Amino acid sequence: MIEVKNITKTYSQGKDNEFQALKGVSFTVNDGEFVAIMGPSGSGKSTLMHILGCLDTPSSGTYLLDGKDVSKLSDDNLADIRRDNIGFVFQSFNLLPRTTVLRNVTFPLIYAEVNKVERNTRARQALISAGMDEAHFEHMSNQLSGGQIQRVAIARALVNNPTMILADEPTGNLDTKTGEIVLETFRKLNKELSRTIILITHEPDVALHADRTIVVRDGLIISDEKNIK
Amino acid sequence: MTTEDILHETYSALKSNKARTGLTMLGIVIGISSVIAMVAIGNGAKSSIQSSIESIGSNLVVVTPGAQRSFGGPSSGRGNAQTLTVEDGNAIANNVQNVLTTAYIVSSREQITATGTNTNTNVIGTNPNYSVARNIEVDDGTFISDSAVLSASKVAVIGPTARDDLFGVGTQAVGQSIRIKGIQFKIIGITKAKGGSGFSNPDDSIYIPYTTAQRYLSGNKYLNEIDVSATDASSTTQVQTDITNLLIERHKISDPTKADFSTLNQSDIIATASSVTNTFTVLLGAVAGISLVVGGIGIMNMMLTTVTERTREIGLRKAIGAKKRDINIQFLIESVILTFLGGVMGTILGWAISFTVQKLGILETSVTLSSVLLAFGVSAAIGIIFGYYPARRASRLNPIEALRYE
Repeated sequence: MIEVKNITKTYSQGKDNEFQALKGVSFTVNDGEFVAIMGPSGSGKSTLMHILGCLDTPSSGTYLLDGKDVSKLSDDNLADIRRDNIGFVFQSFNLLPRTTVLRNVTFPLIYAEVNKVERNTRARQALISAGMDEAHFEHMSNQLSGGQIQRVAIARALVNNPTMILADEPTGNLDTKTGEIVLETFRKLNKELSRTIILITHEPDVALHADRTIVVRDGLIISDEKNIK
Repeated sequence: MTTEDILHETYSALKSNKARTGLTMLGIVIGISSVIAMVAIGNGAKSSIQSSIESIGSNLVVVTPGAQRSFGGPSSGRGNAQTLTVEDGNAIANNVQNVLTTAYIVSSREQITATGTNTNTNVIGTNPNYSVARNIEVDDGTFISDSAVLSASKVAVIGPTARDDLFGVGTQAVGQSIRIKGIQFKIIGITKAKGGSGFSNPDDSIYIPYTTAQRYLSGNKYLNEIDVSATDASSTTQVQTDITNLLIERHKISDPTKADFSTLNQSDIIATASSVTNTFTVLLGAVAGISLVVGGIGIMNMMLTTVTERTREIGLRKAIGAKKRDINIQFLIESVILTFLGGVMGTILGWAISFTVQKLGILETSVTLSSVLLAFGVSAAIGIIFGYYPARRASRLNPIEALRYE
């Protein structure tokens, strides 16, 4: 469960040049929810994503992840949280080059020092859940198409059994059709495996795939409601 | 991250850009191999110079006429001064303690002729003690005897090189005749080859009684040199001091700094030569060391480029759970492995170079274990030192900015 209470984030560039990206944001995401966070560029949604993903800490307010306050942790403790509780899917794929599909997926487990047999088993399961064909498991990551790459990234986000999967514009670099397939994959993971998914996007069409949409503008939440199907 | 996984990452990273890895490693290979080869050559030169000095004779104190050399003033031409006499030599033999033997020398360079051939070489007029003082062994025939000295006989003992020049390689020369300054000498012996070394090659010399040399070649009663052999190495200094005091007294010199002779102690020569070759080795090693440092800078350059190129990858690794330490170790291990491999190849290459130098007969070389260990230590240290900064830079990248990096 994710509980965000009155979070602000201020960036300062010099003494008199402060920029408040988040001006007090509060919401709760329960386990198994599929939520879209939507807003135009400059709305603060990227900052929110970084804080939710434990890549950054808020200036004030609290962020409870599974009941644990993660808003004031050190860099190394945040790295542990990212490794164990968060699965990232990025807009520009970000697979490791010169590395096989299977090994790409095992990376969170490699940093967690899970033994070889177990991590390969878990990586295979994750790849199958993300809809990858077993024939591609030993391929190098640069031999795949865009849709396949994004599925590998989804599998990598799944493999550590995270509290949530955080997808930052996952369809931004894909054509509409492949984008649909990727979004379908998220839908399926949410429904069949009850994964918590947070989808960050600026496109209303993409946000509609989720069950609930939080709209951010100028560092504030302006609406938070269920999507009508 | 486990060690196995770190090594796996390092391997795939180094493999992905083989040309760059190879060229960077080449810098270290050249550095390490030149350190090893240069130190081996330096050590070889040292032992070869030492053994050639030792082959001159054992525990020698050489007395030569002429003033002590002093800096600044002109030399009075020590080789030509006429101050040493046979009486001086006898006085040394009779009065100085711990003297094994005393050899008298009257030497000059002469044109030697045999039937149809001629050569220009050292003619050394001496007494039988010379063979002891200078470690001269006779291969065929006999060395100059006391009676030959007493009667100033026209007999000669010649070195194998002179023999080869005058009569042809390996010819039976004992009993034949040569002419020195037009005077006929009978050959009574051939010396054993000592191996050519230094300015006066004993294998190319011709030995005659000093009395004969004084009478027919120099025409006076002086000696060019007295070689005193001490009983053991530890008494050479005492022998040298006693000779100096004795001769100062005999020559009635009031100021010891204005002595009309000089003495040279073989162990001093060895010590001087050793310090010269040591300096030489250090110099060679230092030049090679510079190339090692340049190689290290190459490593640092490559690692910095790699870190920049892999900024997004580092961001991703951090996003999926890598700690600072994981990134730091990964890049540090990469540079250490790079220099270590370079060190191994450099050691092999350096050894091969010194082996070749030895095989070609240029110089005896010796690759010591300590220089190999030093090379390994230095290459690992270079990996750590020059990899530290790039690795630290990588580990401190902010994951958000790193992921955005284009």
